Amino acid sequence: MPHGDARQPLLHARGVRKIFPGTIALDGVDFSLHAGEVHALLGENGAGKSTLIKCLTGAYRRDGGDILLDGESIDPKGTLDAQAYGIGTVYQEVNLLPNLSVAENLSLGHQPTRFGMISVRAMNARAREVLSQYGLDIDVTRTLDSYSVAVQQVIAIARAVMLSGKVLILDEPTASLDAHEVKMLFDVVRSLKERGLGIVFISHFLDQIFEISDRLTVLRNGQLVGTEVTAEIDRVRLINMMLGRELEHETRAHGKLHEAAGDPRLVFSGFGRKGRIEPFDLSIHAGEVIGVAGLLGSGRTETAEVLFGVAHHDSGEARQDGAPVSLMSPRQAIKAGFGFCPEDRKTDGVIADLSVRENIALALQARIGWMRRIPDREQKAMANDYIRKLDIRTPDAEKPVGLLSGGNQQKVMLARWLVTNPSFLILDEPTRGIDVGAHAEIIRLIEELCAQGMSLLVISSELDELVAYSHRVIVVRDRRHVAELAGDQITTGNMVRAIAAPEREAVN
Amino acid sequence: MTGFKLLLRRILPQLITLALVVGLISIMFPGFFEISLANGRLYGSPVDIFNRGAPVALLAIGMTLVIATGGIDLSVGAVMAICGAVAAWGITEGYGLLPTLLMALAAGLACGLWNGLLVAFLGIQPIVATLILMVAGRGIAQLITEGAILTFNHEGMIFFGSGSLLTVPTPIIIAILTGALVTLIVRRSALGMLIEAIGINFRASTLAGVNTRVLLVAVYMTSGLCAALAGIIAAADIRGADANNAGLWLELDAILAVVIGGTSLLGGRFSLIASLIGALIIQAVNTGILLSGFPPEFNLIIKAVIILIILVLQSPRVRTVLAFLSTARADAAGQEKKVVEP
Repeated sequence: MPHGDARQPLLHARGVRKIFPGTIALDGVDFSLHAGEVHALLGENGAGKSTLIKCLTGAYRRDGGDILLDGESIDPKGTLDAQAYGIGTVYQEVNLLPNLSVAENLSLGHQPTRFGMISVRAMNARAREVLSQYGLDIDVTRTLDSYSVAVQQVIAIARAVMLSGKVLILDEPTASLDAHEVKMLFDVVRSLKERGLGIVFISHFLDQIFEISDRLTVLRNGQLVGTEVTAEIDRVRLINMMLGRELEHETRAHGKLHEAAGDPRLVFSGFGRKGRIEPFDLSIHAGEVIGVAGLLGSGRTETAEVLFGVAHHDSGEARQDGAPVSLMSPRQAIKAGFGFCPEDRKTDGVIADLSVRENIALALQARIGWMRRIPDREQKAMANDYIRKLDIRTPDAEKPVGLLSGGNQQKVMLARWLVTNPSFLILDEPTRGIDVGAHAEIIRLIEELCAQGMSLLVISSELDELVAYSHRVIVVRDRRHVAELAGDQITTGNMVRAIAAPEREAVN
Repeated sequence: MTGFKLLLRRILPQLITLALVVGLISIMFPGFFEISLANGRLYGSPVDIFNRGAPVALLAIGMTLVIATGGIDLSVGAVMAICGAVAAWGITEGYGLLPTLLMALAAGLACGLWNGLLVAFLGIQPIVATLILMVAGRGIAQLITEGAILTFNHEGMIFFGSGSLLTVPTPIIIAILTGALVTLIVRRSALGMLIEAIGINFRASTLAGVNTRVLLVAVYMTSGLCAALAGIIAAADIRGADANNAGLWLELDAILAVVIGGTSLLGGRFSLIASLIGALIIQAVNTGILLSGFPPEFNLIIKAVIILIILVLQSPRVRTVLAFLSTARADAAGQEKKVVEP
């Protein structure tokens, strides 16, 4: 690190560890932040970004490692404690009180008083003065929610800086801002940087990272991939850090070429939904695995949701074995023999309080209808069969699925669909957040299913994984399918280049 | 056998509570357990508890299913008034017993359909959606009775309030039959599991292909139907439809019965039997307070305190402490131990 090694870092985390039941969320991560620096934190969902932030701000108690602020070891016990140390956080959803005035929000808990009463005049004057430093000239007596998210964002920053003043953590601050507002926010960030604050900036917009940050740190699966000076890294290498392994591996081509004999099982033409995913064409043969590569928010999950009828497609049509098929709801998709393991198992996948048995039987039962209950004996046999086949680690089939580890929950999700005997299975990040052993088993399972003639669409941010099992890979960027790779073309290098393309296309 | 054991373990706290409440009453009022037979019908305080508790028990059946989906139905008291009014109107207009009953039940189903459509298809929060009918329902009932208390003297109709079958008062039979029927339908079919799945995780259930919207509507319609039965009983009991007072505040008793029965207001796992016992506990408390001769102004306060104690005993924290204590004791004695998840 050329910049600042001589100086003592403002905030220094060493070997931070955080363990959740079943997973290691952070595995010995180092992170350093200098005064007057914007340091970007990058990684896919589940990489450990927010866990690291929560350890720094005391929202989580870490299980190992040190956090040094100005060279002194600190152990914040909560976000208020962290604020007292000088570490302030601003989240994507502004966590202020929308029904109070701007001035009240700024001074909440520290209102200026006169004879024991809040002095409204002094409070308003102070608020105006504080905001003028940020180039905001607004009526501070109006309620917070009468201003745009961008202005609220700046007010939240002003409050955090006022209360903390050393380190400012911005967690996806630009997610709901338009280009003009982002520029306004960046002006504020730059001025704070000049005032000597250390700023941690989290975003999954690469353009913004390159524009605003001095250094960047990439996390993957709870581990530190590396810290780089932003000016010295290019887009391709950055994406490689986030998704792939080192570039040497890129020559590893795919062994098996799918013999695309016969007619495709499924043909989607001009399929898409405004604002979600632009219309795309896709055909899938029996026994074929289609990989989907792309960054977070690129449109990869949206592709899956449109195919499964979660988000209704508003253009194009689908044909199954040559006949048109309606896919306007999950029920219709399931009727057509589809299955879908969503990315977020907790909110979209498992029914936590129901048993492993009931979770496995759910999709099949829903398809048969409520009147014809699958007898307990059959349910049990079915569950035990898949507990054995997929090696689901549970004391018995009656255990609530929420008490199992992430990898085992994922296997229960797979079992739920496998008992419906689907012809087309969509897996969104099937290997995220699960331990190495289960990881390998799920990849083996994908290959087995495809050998049995099932068609699969697998979304993954592990590019190596996609190379290992895909017959074709769709690359998604900016909510568009931008490339399709097949056979020898499937290499991590090709995928990374397709994902990164804007830099090269920038000319036109 | 294991299924029976599981059921017993599930409803044990409710059974103990009921036993405690009844025990307390019988200490204060020694003649409590006296049951007599007169005019081919059973009389006595225990019978009275069952009989008076029947409307709330009926409401609790529908309410349990609604709460299991993560919803709530505030309108059941008002729906009772509407259906009671329809029943009284039908019988005084001379439509005959069966058509009148069918009209009253249909009115309950229509109310449930309205609630269900608001919740499932317009996405209105259940507490707000059913509040609409809770407020408007008594107005509708008054329109039907044209502002008066509509009285009737039809023997067949009165039978549903104060009649008896094989010495057992009719309301008790209706409540027990409805409870048994709904339990049977819900547990013998897959409905129970699907309702629980919706209550625990609506989105995941939809993604698994569960027909979440239709099931939600069906559940609110069941609640409306149960309220209609309760409304018919209430009207038959006083031989008239009182749009202002029929079923007044009973929605709160029904919700309480479900909560005492241990079904979480957040939805998910439910037990109809436990809710029915919950309804009995509430009625036992009511009857007990009346019998014990406290000044009536104390009634509501005493009821509130008793219910507070019941709920505190059921709170997860107290349960964890109790489980911990019993685990420690069991460990010391080297007996079977309960696993407490960390």
